Amino acid sequence: MALDELKIGGMGASRRRVEDNRFIRGKGNYVDDIVLPGMLHMEILRSPVAHARIKSIDTTAAWEVPGVRLVMTGETLAARNLAWMPTLSYDTQAVMATDKVRFQGQEVAAVIADDPYIAKDALSRIVVEYEQLPAIVNPEQAASPEAPLVRDDKVNQDSNKIFDWEIGDKESTDRAFAEADVVSTIDLHYPRSHPSPLETCGSIADYDRATGKLTVYMTTQAPHIIRAAVAMVAELPEHMIRIVSPDLGGGFGNKVPVYPGYVIAILASILTEHPVKWVEDRSSNLISTGFGRDVYLQGQLALRKDGKILGMRMHTISDHGAFYADAQPTKFKIGLMHSTFAAYDVPAAHLTSEGWYTNKAPGGVAYRCSFRVTEAMFFQERMMHAAANDLGMDQAEFRRINLVKDDQFPYRTAFGFLTDSGQYGKCLDIALDAIGYANFKEEQEEARKRGKLLGIGISTMTEPLGAGNSREYDIIGIKMFDSAELRVHMTGKAILRTGAKTQGQGHETTWAQIVAHELGIPAEDIVVEEGDTDTAPFGMGTYASRSTPVAGAAVAMVARKIRAKARKIAAHLLEVSEEDIEWELGRFYVRGNQERGVTIQDCALAAYSNVPDGLEPGLENNAYYDPPNLTWPFAAYVCKVEVDPETGVWDVLKFVAVDDCGVRINPMIVEGQIMGGLTEAYAMASMQYITFDEEGNCIGSNFMDYLLPTAWETPGYELHEVVTPCPHHPIGAKGIGECATVGGPAAFVNAVMNAIEHTGVRNVDMPLMPNRVYEAVQTGRDVSGAPPVKGD
Amino acid sequence: MTSLYEEIPTAPAADVPTRRVTITVNGEKRTLDIEPRLLLAHLIRQGLQLTGTHVGCDTTGCGACTVLLNGRPAKSCTVLAVQADGREVTTVEGLASAQQLDPIQEGFKEEHGLQCGFCTPGMMLAAKALLERNPNPTEDDVRWALSGNICRCTGYQNIVKAVLWAAETMREES
Amino acid sequence: MYPSRFAYDAPTSVNEVIAILDRSNGEAKVLAGGQSLIPMLKLRFASPERIVDINNIDGLDYIRQDPDGSLRIGALVRHEDLEYSDLIAETQPTLAAAASLVADPLVRTRGTFVGSVCHADPQGDWAATMIALDGRVVAQGPSGRREIAMKDFVLGPFTNALAYNEVAVEAVIPPAKGTRKGSYLKLERRVGNFATASVAVALDMNGETVQRAGCALAGVGGKTIDANAEISAALVGKTLDAATIEAAADAVAGASDPRTDHRGSAAYKRQIVKTFVTRILTHIAQSEQKAA
Repeated sequence: MALDELKIGGMGASRRRVEDNRFIRGKGNYVDDIVLPGMLHMEILRSPVAHARIKSIDTTAAWEVPGVRLVMTGETLAARNLAWMPTLSYDTQAVMATDKVRFQGQEVAAVIADDPYIAKDALSRIVVEYEQLPAIVNPEQAASPEAPLVRDDKVNQDSNKIFDWEIGDKESTDRAFAEADVVSTIDLHYPRSHPSPLETCGSIADYDRATGKLTVYMTTQAPHIIRAAVAMVAELPEHMIRIVSPDLGGGFGNKVPVYPGYVIAILASILTEHPVKWVEDRSSNLISTGFGRDVYLQGQLALRKDGKILGMRMHTISDHGAFYADAQPTKFKIGLMHSTFAAYDVPAAHLTSEGWYTNKAPGGVAYRCSFRVTEAMFFQERMMHAAANDLGMDQAEFRRINLVKDDQFPYRTAFGFLTDSGQYGKCLDIALDAIGYANFKEEQEEARKRGKLLGIGISTMTEPLGAGNSREYDIIGIKMFDSAELRVHMTGKAILRTGAKTQGQGHETTWAQIVAHELGIPAEDIVVEEGDTDTAPFGMGTYASRSTPVAGAAVAMVARKIRAKARKIAAHLLEVSEEDIEWELGRFYVRGNQERGVTIQDCALAAYSNVPDGLEPGLENNAYYDPPNLTWPFAAYVCKVEVDPETGVWDVLKFVAVDDCGVRINPMIVEGQIMGGLTEAYAMASMQYITFDEEGNCIGSNFMDYLLPTAWETPGYELHEVVTPCPHHPIGAKGIGECATVGGPAAFVNAVMNAIEHTGVRNVDMPLMPNRVYEAVQTGRDVSGAPPVKGD
Repeated sequence: MTSLYEEIPTAPAADVPTRRVTITVNGEKRTLDIEPRLLLAHLIRQGLQLTGTHVGCDTTGCGACTVLLNGRPAKSCTVLAVQADGREVTTVEGLASAQQLDPIQEGFKEEHGLQCGFCTPGMMLAAKALLERNPNPTEDDVRWALSGNICRCTGYQNIVKAVLWAAETMREES
Repeated sequence: MYPSRFAYDAPTSVNEVIAILDRSNGEAKVLAGGQSLIPMLKLRFASPERIVDINNIDGLDYIRQDPDGSLRIGALVRHEDLEYSDLIAETQPTLAAAASLVADPLVRTRGTFVGSVCHADPQGDWAATMIALDGRVVAQGPSGRREIAMKDFVLGPFTNALAYNEVAVEAVIPPAKGTRKGSYLKLERRVGNFATASVAVALDMNGETVQRAGCALAGVGGKTIDANAEISAALVGKTLDAATIEAAADAVAGASDPRTDHRGSAAYKRQIVKTFVTRILTHIAQSEQKAA
C-alpha cells in the first residue's frame, strides 16, 4: 500500500527535469530577457592599461550623443561615497577608478542610454588620459623591493602583501621530515582560470522613488548575500531591497561576488529614475570578474621507504589581483586549502600561505572550487604522483598504503577536519579495473618502443562540501546555514522555497524528490522556487557544492516537520492516539490494521477543514539547517592518454570516474554534474587559462585566447558509483557539484607526466598545451607557465 | 500593430537612415524598419522579443546565438539583420508546433542534454541542421557538427546522446 | 559588441557594386560572408562609412572545373560548399583537407572562400592553399576584369592588392600538371582557434615523379609564408623518399618566420612545420606505393 518511490519521483529516481520544459522551448527567463518599461541600458568603459594614474577624463563628447541620458565617472560615485565598497574578505574594492587604475579592464566610466548601441557610441567618445606605471603580474614581482605599491589607497599598507596565514603543527612536521628516508619536493603553478559561464553577469536595477523600493534583477548565486551587501553599500534599508535572481545561464562561482557594475547600475537607476540594465559582454566578463586559482605551490612530503607518508609541508603563494575580494569563510584566508591530504593518513602537517596584490582583476575563489579545494587537491595529487616516482613505487600502490582505511572513520586530519565516512580503497579498485591498470606497464613499454607515448594518471581525493557549521564558518559574519519553506495546499499539492539558487543543477527537480521521499507527495505535485529575496527564506546561496548538503538537508527537515503535524491530523482523522499511528510512503495507518489509513492528501485537506482541537489549521513550515559538519564525498579519477612526441599533442584514450557522493537523489543529474565537472577539468588541463604579458595586458580576455573545449576535443567518460551514506546528513547525501572539477585536473596531468616520465620531467604547468609538452619531452626539464608571457 | 497613436519625441533623434526589411521568422512574415548596423541576434531578441536565442560572447566564438538562416545554421550575432531580408529565419521558438515538440527537444529532455539551458537553443538548431543532412550520424559526426557550439555545463556527452536519440526517433517515425 | 553606424547597400549586380565602390572613394567595404568583417565591426576595429553587401547577386556561387582543368570558385561560394563538394573531394585534395578545418561548422555556412582570401589574415587557411596551388584572384572594376596572382595579391596583414573600386568575383586554381595530391594540416588546440601553425602542400605527380610542388604556411609569420621555391627545389623532378622528404621539410621549415608567443616558441613552431610537411609527404608517398 506504500507508494512506489521511484514512480512518484522520489529519491533515486532519474526524474526528467522540470526546468527543461521551458528551456527547450526557449522560454527561459534570464536577466537579459527581462524588459521593464522605460528601461535604459548601461555600458562600462574599462581601462586599457594595467596600472596607471588617471590624469583626466573628458566626457563632454559622450554627453552630446543623442539618446545618452547619463555619463558617470569615478567622481560621480565619489561624491556619494560610492567609489569604494567593502569586499567579502574585509578589504575594499574600487567601484569605479578615481585616482588610479589597478588592472587592465577596471571600470573607469559608464554611459546610460536608450539602447546599448548608443551607449557604446558615447563610450567611444570618452577621452581618458593615463600616466602609466609599471605593472605587477605575479607575486614575485609584487614582493620585489622596487615594486610599485598597488594599494597606495590603503592606510598602513606599505607593501603588496595581503596576508600571511598558517595552520598545522610546525614542530611535529619538522620532526617528521628529519626522520624521513626520502623527501619529495615539487613546485608548480596552478594558473589563473575563469568560470566563464555561458551567460555573462548582469543586472537590471530599478529604484522606485514613489515607494522607496529598490528591485534588482541580478545574475547572482546568492541573492540574500547581495541584499545584505547592497544594504551596506547603498545604505538603503534591508526591507526596501529586493534581489531577484531569475534563470541563470551557469554560475560556477562567477556569479557570487558583488561586481562594480551592479553598484553603478543601482546608482544610475536612482539618478535617472529609470530601470537601468547592465549586461556585460564576454570580454568584460573574462577580464574583470571573479576568476579562480593563480596559486603557486611549494610542496614537500616526508616519506618512509616502505611508502608511508610521515609528514606534509605545503607553502602556497596566491595572487589575488588588485583587491582582496574572495568570497570565502572569514576565518580562512586561503579558503579550505588545509583540506589538502584529507583522504590520506598523514600524521603531521604544516601549511603556510601568503597572499599578494598584483595589477590583475580581483578574486581567486571561484570556478567550481569549493573555496580553494581545487588547488588543495591538485597540489595533493601532484605531490603524491611525484612522491611515488621518487620512491620508485607504483602510483596505485602508494595511494593504497596511505589512503584512510574504512575502519579508521571518523578520522581527524592533521589540520583538524573530521572526515566521517568512505570506502576509498573500493573506489580506487573499481577505477583501476575499469581502466585496465593491471596490464598497463607492459602496454606502455611496448608502445614506447614504437615511438608512442602512453600514460595513466590517478587522482584520488575527498573534499569538504557543505560549508558549514556556525562554529567555524561565516561570510562577513553571517553564518552559513540554509533554509527551506514548505507549504502544502488543501489538495495535497505543495510549494517549496529555499535559500539556495540553482544555476543548472536542477533544484526544481531534485528538491521536489526529497519532499516526495519524506512525504509521499508525488514530485510533480511540488513546485520549487528560488532566488527572490522577498519570498525565499534566508540562505547563503549555491556555490562550493553546498546546496544538497545544507539546503537539501533543510528541505528534508521541513518535510519532516510537516509530516509530524500531518501525523497529528491523521490520528484525529483515524480517531486513534498518535502513538498508534504508523507511516509508510504516502500514508498513515493504524498499527495492526494497515487497511485503515489516510493519505497525506487526506491530511492536507483536513488541515484546512478538520483540524483537531488545539492544533492550528494549515500545513506549512520552515527549517533552517546548521550543518553539524562538512560532508566528504570521495572520488577516484583515472585517465589514460597518448602523447605525440613530435608535436606535443595528447589525446585522452579513456577516462574512468568513480564517485562516492553518498546517497544520490537523482542519478541522472548526478552524472551530469560529474561529466560537466570533468570537462572543466579537461579544459584547465589542456587549453584553458588566463595569463599576462610584461605590461600587464591580459591574454585570455576573449574566446579567441581563452579556450573552451568543444564537443570535438572533449573526451567521453565512463562513470561508476559507490554509495557510502553521509552519517550526519538527513538523507545521507554528500553533494557532487564540484568534485570532478576538483579532482579531475590531476588525473589528466598525471597521465601526461606518466607518458613522458622517461625524459625525467617532474612537472609541466597547466594547461598542458602541445608546445609545453613538446618542450618538456625535448629538454627533459620542467616547464613553468607562470606569467608574464614573453614574446619576441 | 496599432495605429492608435505614435509619439513624436520632443528632441528629434539624429537623422538616422533605416532600411525596411521583410524577414520570415518561424514561418511568419515580419516587416521592420531597422538600422543596417543592427545585428540579427539583437533584432531577434529585442526587436521581435524572441528571447530564446542567446548571446554568450563577443568574438563569434560560442554559438549560443545559432539560428537557421534559409535552413543553414548560422551565428546570428555575426549576421547583420538587414542580410536576412527576404530570407527565412528559424529560432528555437519555431521548433515546436502547437501540438508537439520537435524530437530534438524531446531528446534533450529525455537524455539530460541540458543543465542551465543557455546553450540549448543554439545546440538544438545546429543539431536539427545536422539531422536534416545526415539522418543517421555517428557519434563523431554529431560532435563535429556541434563543434561550433560551446556548452559549459554538460560536458557534451549527454548532448550527443540527445541528438542520437532524436535521430533514432525520427528514423522510426519516417 | 555593437558596430558603429554605417550606410548600407545591397545591390543585385556586380556592376552596381563597382559603381558604389567607385563613388565611395575607399570608404566602403564589401560584405560577403561577414565572418571576418562583422566581428571587426563589432569590436570597432573597423568603422567603414559604407557596407556593400554582395549576397543578393545571383550567379556567384559556382564551383566548376573548366575544360582545361582550371578550377573556378565564385565569390559567394561558402566554406561548407567546398567541404561538401564531390568535385573538390575528387580533384583538389589540398582544398578538401583545408575545407573542414576553416573556423567551425557554423562559420562555414556563411563565410566565403574568396572573402577569406581577400581578408588577407596571416592565419588564413585558404590563402595558404591558394599560394601552394599558384592560385589567382579575379578582380572586376570600372575598367573590366583582371587576374592577380595570389603571391601578388596579399600586400601585408589584412591588406590586399584590390583597388578601392574593385571587387573580387572569383578565385582560379590552375589545372593540375598530372595527378593532384596534397593535404592541409593545422595545429589548433581546439576547433576554431588561432592556429599555432598550418601547412598546405600541393603536388602534381606524374606516376611517382613530382612534376610540380607547392607549399605555403599560415600562422608562422607576419603573412602567409610562400614556400613554393623551397619545396620545388627539393622535390620537382624527384620521387618521394625519406631523403627528399626530409630535405623538403627542412627547407620549408627554414622558410617560416614564426614569433615566440603564448602558443609556443619560434623553434617549436618551426618544428611543427617540419613535422607536418614530413607527414603530408610521407602519406602521399605511402598512398602512391599502395596505388602502385
